[in-house]
Amino acid sequence: MHRQRRVVVAGASLAGIRTAETLRDRGFDGEVVLVGAEKRLPYDRPPLSKAVLGGQASPDDIQLLSADRLAALDLDLRLGRRARALDPAGKTLELDDGEPLAYDQLVIATGSAPWMPRDWDLFQGVYPLRTVDDCLAIRSALQGSPRVAVVGGGFLGSEVASTARRLGCDVVLIQPLAAPMARILGSEIALACAEVPLAAGVRLVCGSSAEGFDGGARVERVRLRDGRMIDADVVVVGIGARPVTDWLAGSGVHISDGVLCDHRCATSVADVYAAGDVARWFNPLFEQTMRVEHWTNASEQGAFVARALLDGGRSGSYSPVPFVWSEQYGVKIEIAGVPQPTDRIRIVEGTLAEQRFVALYEREERLTGVVALNSTRSMLKYRRLLAQSGSRGERVDAPSISS
Amino acid sequence: MKVLVDRGKCQGYGNCVIAEPRVFDLDDDGFVQLLVDEPPEDLRAQVGHAVRDCPARALNLGD
Repeated sequence: MHRQRRVVVAGASLAGIRTAETLRDRGFDGEVVLVGAEKRLPYDRPPLSKAVLGGQASPDDIQLLSADRLAALDLDLRLGRRARALDPAGKTLELDDGEPLAYDQLVIATGSAPWMPRDWDLFQGVYPLRTVDDCLAIRSALQGSPRVAVVGGGFLGSEVASTARRLGCDVVLIQPLAAPMARILGSEIALACAEVPLAAGVRLVCGSSAEGFDGGARVERVRLRDGRMIDADVVVVGIGARPVTDWLAGSGVHISDGVLCDHRCATSVADVYAAGDVARWFNPLFEQTMRVEHWTNASEQGAFVARALLDGGRSGSYSPVPFVWSEQYGVKIEIAGVPQPTDRIRIVEGTLAEQRFVALYEREERLTGVVALNSTRSMLKYRRLLAQSGSRGERVDAPSISS
Repeated sequence: MKVLVDRGKCQGYGNCVIAEPRVFDLDDDGFVQLLVDEPPEDLRAQVGHAVRDCPARALNLGD
């Protein structure tokens, strides 16, 4: 019997959902199978460190698709299941319960998983934050204003510290560089931005990283590499994530810190694409491969891959300007492009002191990235400029956009 | 095609403008504004991307 064309999407978070939605939008009437590791209906992750952790939103508020929308998409949704292996020759995915799932085209959207050193989470009171369940566990642990240590001063750690502080907890933020987010912003800008958590009453412990924990069954202290000890009742670990690619070992899909893809998000194996946190693709705009663990990319790349599945080579290249935002302590931080701490950095609008500024990051006289604090409209201007030019573009001294 | 805007939810990220600059912009206060009241049907796919690319869920597509 003739079978309908079937697209299988491994991963049912934002990138996978956007792939499915865009396929249907574009009139694809074959089968769409979505395999999701979590049992919950797909949801949005950015609020997990902010509104949901803070209690202003519930898990129901952050669902990606309403029941009506879900029904209209006519998906074969396999929740609570993971892909275990891929057989490209047989064009079959094997699920963790052993079921073989044939595909005509496959999208790898298995995301990333929080990095947690071995034995760290053996202590009660030590949490990663990736899922709704993680978030609810932390939210419950934050009742009664405990002493909280946040390990890691990136976006996630900074947002958790901000939320925990707002809930009235004593908060220590531990991070190895000179200031939170220094790995992204460079130390000068990061040091200036450190005034924000300090003003909110967060204690910053910089220049050393966590080595492990002390305590009984429950964590009592964080042990730093330089010998310092930080008392803590609750520890949230946000030290980065790793792409979920272990299940692809031996499949022939090339992996190198993510699933390697070309400019169309196609992998090394025919009819297999990747999108979202897990994908390391070649971005022609910046002439480099990149892997982006942020919301906007998952949304845009999921949609792009749907077009690539339907249009083949006519879909063009996936060449976005990476964009991420963060909200901490009432401050809005936005980053676009590929800024590096080693770039030449100059403030072109506002000042660090007034906590409203736009900083341009330049390498070899070219604009590589933009960081904006509380300056959304200006950021938009520079996102457009980056989109026109990428890393090869015009000199920054002559911006070509007028407003 | 109608675009429904909830300005109370808008955070000014500008993803809608990146997706479809013929329909969306940010005003001087940094919040979304529509450049056309009823975008033409041939922009439906792009407007759909703009609606979905809004992290704040401030946009919806009407008929």
